[in-house]
Amino acid sequence: MRELTYREAIREALREEMRRDESVFQLGEDIGRYGGTCKVTVGLIDEFGPDRIRDMPLSEAGIVGVALGAALIGMRPVAEIMYLDFTLIAADQIINQVAKTHYMSAGQLKAPLVIRTPQNCGISGAAQHSQSLEALYTHIPGLIVIFPSTPYDAKGLLKSAIRSDDPVLFIECRALYDRKGPVPEDEYLLPIGKADIKRQGKDVTVVAIARNIVQALEAAKILEREGIDIEVIDPRTMNPLDKDTIINSVKKTNKLVIVHDAWKTGGIGAEISASVAQDALDYMDAPIKRVATLDTCIPYNPKLEQYVLPKTENIVRAVKEIA
Amino acid sequence: MKTSNEKLVEIYLLMKRCRAFEERAVVEYRKGNIPGFVHTSIGQEAISSAVCAMLQKDDYILTTHRGHSDILSKGARLDKMMAELFAKKTGYCKGKVGSMHIVAPECNVLGCSAIVGAGIPIACGVALACKMKNWRRVTVCFLGDGTTFTGAFHEGVGIAAAFDLPVIFVCENNQYAISTYWKDYLKLENIAARAKGYGIPGVSVDGMDAKSMAEAARDAIERAREGGGPTFIEGRTYRYYGHGQYDPGTTYRTKEEVEKWKKKDPIKKLYSLLLQERLITEIENQEIDAKLSRELDEAVKFALESPEPEIEEAGKDNYCENL
Repeated sequence: MRELTYREAIREALREEMRRDESVFQLGEDIGRYGGTCKVTVGLIDEFGPDRIRDMPLSEAGIVGVALGAALIGMRPVAEIMYLDFTLIAADQIINQVAKTHYMSAGQLKAPLVIRTPQNCGISGAAQHSQSLEALYTHIPGLIVIFPSTPYDAKGLLKSAIRSDDPVLFIECRALYDRKGPVPEDEYLLPIGKADIKRQGKDVTVVAIARNIVQALEAAKILEREGIDIEVIDPRTMNPLDKDTIINSVKKTNKLVIVHDAWKTGGIGAEISASVAQDALDYMDAPIKRVATLDTCIPYNPKLEQYVLPKTENIVRAVKEIA
Repeated sequence: MKTSNEKLVEIYLLMKRCRAFEERAVVEYRKGNIPGFVHTSIGQEAISSAVCAMLQKDDYILTTHRGHSDILSKGARLDKMMAELFAKKTGYCKGKVGSMHIVAPECNVLGCSAIVGAGIPIACGVALACKMKNWRRVTVCFLGDGTTFTGAFHEGVGIAAAFDLPVIFVCENNQYAISTYWKDYLKLENIAARAKGYGIPGVSVDGMDAKSMAEAARDAIERAREGGGPTFIEGRTYRYYGHGQYDPGTTYRTKEEVEKWKKKDPIKKLYSLLLQERLITEIENQEIDAKLSRELDEAVKFALESPEPEIEEAGKDNYCENL
């Protein structure tokens, strides 16, 4: 099968959906000639022009609000917010407006928009350009949250997100943009809210997100040499979270490690842990382990940053402690 | 161009309707029939009614927590409005949002946010979509004087100006943001002067004079429809009641000030004009009052007799799709 980078797969999803449906358009800062800060939209303006690849002024709340307004009367906007950290400037629009549109209109209005935004940790972005805020948005009813780890998942899920009548926060992982993976030539969609088992195993379940999946699969190879066979699960969607796939795996392995770049306190790992404790406590043979970013602002210095973020060796250690 | 006699009569009827509704809402609130907040716009009706009377049916409006008169002027039904205030299933939004957040897509009322300023970028998005679809529709965004200090206001107006969007910002300057007098903070001669900063037309109008409001609205609507971009209209007005029904409105303004504004009452003013121009008689006016009183009796009866939403309704409408 041909291989595409994560970035190319996202771009291909955008291009295909814009060709398929005239109501799809993109808006964001520097997404036109400049091709986006992370170069995801490079070349799209040549095919679709400046109306459908709309460069916006530096106004994050404005961008999300405009996307919502356009969505209310039948457009399917895809807004790019330069970094996940910057969605906080638009948090009122995302949380109070976008996520509540359908509910507060008692189902009369829909908000079929996608907000694409990269999570940026591990590249010395410092504390305001490195946060993993998926749990914050997962807390909000009415908002779908997707955070894929492979080019294949990114493309299929973004296409589904654009076609969804519900609003979607689509988080991209900057550390993965240049990573290649198989992506079929033929069109496909992936279901929102369905986890994927990235590696089958019998000894310990490891649930990981985005770039932590790469680390978990590296850890699997190391652990395999020591006779430990881990199962790696990628939730892909944080809301809705496919708890069934996780719980079924835990019922088989009886052990669970959760890995994410978000802080441990209040991270999605806390929700997964609570769900497993609630629904599968009797199956557990060991305490649940969480490998997460230390509860601190993220430092700029590369050595310090690597110290606070989850690493392959942390996963290996956590698994061995309970295997 | 002069406002036609038919339009003046139409505006008068709309204003009477708005006031009758809100006066009844206050009575019903005091009786305990309305559980949440009620923010009236009594005194401000000329702005809502004159602007909406100049719009076409397929034009859009977005409004605020003080939006009853805007929504009714755009064509909403008294009974469904009252039922929403009563938190009943037959209300515009199934009793799930109350007075501050009524949307009525059936008459193109697309937004009603109680987060001050939030509607402004959303209105720009509606206007952008109309422009992209080549619909000759105009969007009016109602806002208050306090709103012009929010970030969303500046982001939204900046975007509207940047893209020449067919949107009109109608500022209902009722002098106070709760207790904060606009002149104490704004270093400009009037709020409309803010428009200069965006290079768009801004006009400050006597908001107690329906005829002047209608003329300003007509000019702005025509310009927007012809592709001439946005306009900011400030209507100088006054709310007779406090901020909400829990506020007597006495700690930050004097009785004399309230009485001074009441002497300029917009309904009385237009009535005098209509009498003078022989467009209405005293007997016809009494008939209008009697008819409104009957309609409101029916609306209250409808609201009282309507069922509450079923308990299951609490968790419905978060998502369009079954997730």
